[in-house]
Amino acid sequence: MSEAFEQGVAALSAQIDAKVASYFSSCIHCGLCAEACLFYTETHDPRYTPIHKLEPMKKLWRQEHTFWGKLGKAMGLSKPLSEADFADWERLVYDSCTLCGRCSMVCPVGNDITYMIRKTREGFSVAGYAPDGMKEATQRALTIGSPMGVTYKTLSAAIANVEKETGLHIPVDQPGVDYMTIFSSMEIVNFPEFIEALARIFKQAGVTWTISSKAYEATNSGIQIGNKEAAAELVGRVVNAAEELGVKYVISPECGHAYTAIRWEGPNLIGRPYQFEVVHILELLDQLKAQGRIQVKDFDHTPMTLHDPCQIVRRGGVIQPPRNLLNSVADHFVEMKDHGVMNWCCGGGGGVSANERAEELRLEVFKRKKSQLDELGVNTLVTACANCRIILEEGLEHYEMDTEVISLTELLAEHLVTDKPS
Amino acid sequence: MIGEFIDGPLWTFSLSVFVIGVIWRIIAILKIGVKRDLSQPRGSSGMGALRALFSRFIPERTVTSRGRLQLVAGYLFHLGLFALLIFAKPHVDFIAERITGFDWPAMPHWAFIVAAEFAFAGIILLWLHRLLNPVTRLLSDLDDHIGTLLVFLVMLSGCLALAQSFEPLRLLHLLLAELLLIYFPFSKLMHAFTFVLSRGYTGATMGRKGVNA
Repeated sequence: MSEAFEQGVAALSAQIDAKVASYFSSCIHCGLCAEACLFYTETHDPRYTPIHKLEPMKKLWRQEHTFWGKLGKAMGLSKPLSEADFADWERLVYDSCTLCGRCSMVCPVGNDITYMIRKTREGFSVAGYAPDGMKEATQRALTIGSPMGVTYKTLSAAIANVEKETGLHIPVDQPGVDYMTIFSSMEIVNFPEFIEALARIFKQAGVTWTISSKAYEATNSGIQIGNKEAAAELVGRVVNAAEELGVKYVISPECGHAYTAIRWEGPNLIGRPYQFEVVHILELLDQLKAQGRIQVKDFDHTPMTLHDPCQIVRRGGVIQPPRNLLNSVADHFVEMKDHGVMNWCCGGGGGVSANERAEELRLEVFKRKKSQLDELGVNTLVTACANCRIILEEGLEHYEMDTEVISLTELLAEHLVTDKPS
Repeated sequence: MIGEFIDGPLWTFSLSVFVIGVIWRIIAILKIGVKRDLSQPRGSSGMGALRALFSRFIPERTVTSRGRLQLVAGYLFHLGLFALLIFAKPHVDFIAERITGFDWPAMPHWAFIVAAEFAFAGIILLWLHRLLNPVTRLLSDLDDHIGTLLVFLVMLSGCLALAQSFEPLRLLHLLLAELLLIYFPFSKLMHAFTFVLSRGYTGATMGRKGVNA
């Protein structure tokens, strides 16, 4: 038994709190969570049943917290958790779960299965049983500052391009402004038009804002792999930069798990509340729109639907703002049958997109999104997560679907009334 | 002799194990504790917990369309079982005499038959589903089967003893019920109590985030 494995088991044991104990005590193995998980519905492989992905944690809970488990362990009747358990479950815990949280919405006894899978990853990552792609992404995030290896130099070049395109000044390291924005690497590299959209919208709304050269990365690989030390370090960088600049708000960008990281897990990771508030870009845009600080023109008549990013909507609580915003610029917006807090995941959340070996399975389960789109017959898909956007585009291309994916923030920026004089 | 034991000391013992065991299990769970959430709430944890406690009695649409058999069987079993447990005439009399000291209106014979049919249909369907469906077969362990078997035998002996004309059948029913009470705190049957905690915890977490779970 390796030292890392022992540490992993200890880390997993430390994750068992009263919630986890109540969940395992209540689970009657009905299997209904399988029906909510796209990895099961699209493959019909029972191993992908969400609660089954938690067998190692359940085994540990049973041995440490139940009468029969303790008795069996004392009499040598039950086998302790082994490296083979971790090896057998690694793919189930990482490759076949996007932490989308849909299973947690349907469990009859109310178990938050996603919460437990997130916690299980803490033990697995300490023991070394995590996908190489996610390990490497976490390492890059810690050493370079971004899981995709994006440096400030890259962001600086993107900023310069946006300034050239728009003629607008993008403030960097500006103290005392109201808002500090952070971005996901994918936005910086793949979708710099998001930065342009923000600049144009903020200009019109009269928002004072800045980017920090010290902490511009919103993505938190530590959350995805399940390494609370790494996650705390990455959140801490943003918190320190925001508090040094004295901003009132940090804007979480169009990235799902980045919102969970900075908004919900962050204060718990660093062990204290922030001296600023976190606002999701969609919440802010909705507020600015309601206050009349953003004015839009010309409805888009193209039939559109909305893909709800799981971590922003179901696990984040930003449910109505994207709908308000989309309705303000599109008059043919139609909802998918399962939408809002019950929308189906794109298949690439929770670090699955950074896990190369999971690609085949990810594309297989994309059939769920495909069938949602086929049912609706709409060819324009709006979303608010750069990771979802990439995964959706890959899935659509794989299934040769003629569907365009657009960012909600960018769509709004396209409909801005020409900038007000400042 | 055996009858006196089942009717007297064993009843007291099994009821004590049940009550102390259930309380002990719940305290053991709560004692582990949950770290205080330092994030700024968007909504109310308390309201979220209360909402989830009741809203999860109503299945989400994914379950109603994809897990219809379990849903129907689950309702049949639980509703039938609780009706029998609380409103069957022999139970009302027994509980009034041994525990509460007062009684309440019992259900008529026809309602007993309907409730028993619901409960039997439900438990048999759920058990068959557990054995035949690949998902539940993979998940199920010995505890699931022992719990189901014990409940089934208690229900079956209860129906046989309904007329109360044959004392050994009544004693058999009571003995099985006592075994069930003793087994209860050490098993998944605890979900009858812990569902309040599990729904409450999840509802509170989601309520803080402004999500109705």
